[in-house]
Amino acid sequence: MEAADIIKEDVTNSTSPDMQKEVPENIFFPNIKFLVAGILFGILLIKAEVLSWFRIQEMFRLQSFHMFGIIMSAIITGMISIFIIKRTNAKDINKQPIVIKPKKFHKGYIFGGLIFGAGWAVTGACPGPLFAQIGTGAIVVIVTLISALAGTWTYGFMREKLPH
Amino acid sequence: MIEIIKQPWPWYVSGPLIGLMVPLLLILGNRVFGMSSSLRHICAACFPANISFFKYDWRKEAWNLFFAGGIIIGSFIAWNWLADYHQININPKLMQQLNHYGISDYSNTVPVEVINWHSLFTLKGVILIVVGGFLMGFGTRYGDGCTSGHAISGLSNLQWPSIIATVSFMTGGFIVGNFVVPLILKL
Repeated sequence: MEAADIIKEDVTNSTSPDMQKEVPENIFFPNIKFLVAGILFGILLIKAEVLSWFRIQEMFRLQSFHMFGIIMSAIITGMISIFIIKRTNAKDINKQPIVIKPKKFHKGYIFGGLIFGAGWAVTGACPGPLFAQIGTGAIVVIVTLISALAGTWTYGFMREKLPH
Repeated sequence: MIEIIKQPWPWYVSGPLIGLMVPLLLILGNRVFGMSSSLRHICAACFPANISFFKYDWRKEAWNLFFAGGIIIGSFIAWNWLADYHQININPKLMQQLNHYGISDYSNTVPVEVINWHSLFTLKGVILIVVGGFLMGFGTRYGDGCTSGHAISGLSNLQWPSIIATVSFMTGGFIVGNFVVPLILKL
């Protein structure tokens, strides 16, 4: 098992320099539209108050409908949108057909989900609002972001040893 | 008009607008709304450390990082110029409960009495900031998504694995929010 892992690492090692040699295309201009979309989303997170630590505590203590109303109405709007996109075979702005990769279930959806839920309740933020809290001047949340990066990195590091 | 913009928006206005991020990103370039992947791309870009999970061309996924950058700018703009309420209207029952833990300042997006630079030197602060962040980053990657990727995108696209993931993280949050967070705040 261990030996196989090491061999696998060696194979990936030998291919990585080639990957790095690839000349990166300009990533700035094609992505400006997503920066603008992010700005809109950031404004929405404030106006919806979903980035508030207090709103998250309220949600998990079942003391307010606010968060549930937002998540449910967002899902319904998304559902109707995707239904229309599929029905009309809509294309994106690059004239490419819109395809959404299906999710592939594994046990991590349960274990990882439970762990993420715990982190959400403790920090009062999920990954989107995490960036937004920093934008509102809660600079110490940068530490939360760095920890979240460490968590993601640790998952990548021990992925093969975790049940999936 | 500007008064309406400056008010907090009710859930039935802000919720559908958040839902519209799903078709917006699909139309802008076949991108699936989901935020936690940005954490993976940052790891892949900055500290791949020869881990196969981080060996891919993150530049192809850079839109997600631009989107995250946009969130910081957008929330900065809205917080400073599009919101004249810096006092959130939460359930008085929660305010009463939080008062027991010395939390009474609602003018920020996080409780500044317990989440601040000095609290990083206390056990309470370390759990709320460092441990919580770690669990978020680890859990979202292990569970392959967060609120935006699973609950909003996944359920919008009728993905049953996303239902399981959503139920799991709501369960985790419910248990920890009700039974563990009060213990942490008591520290």
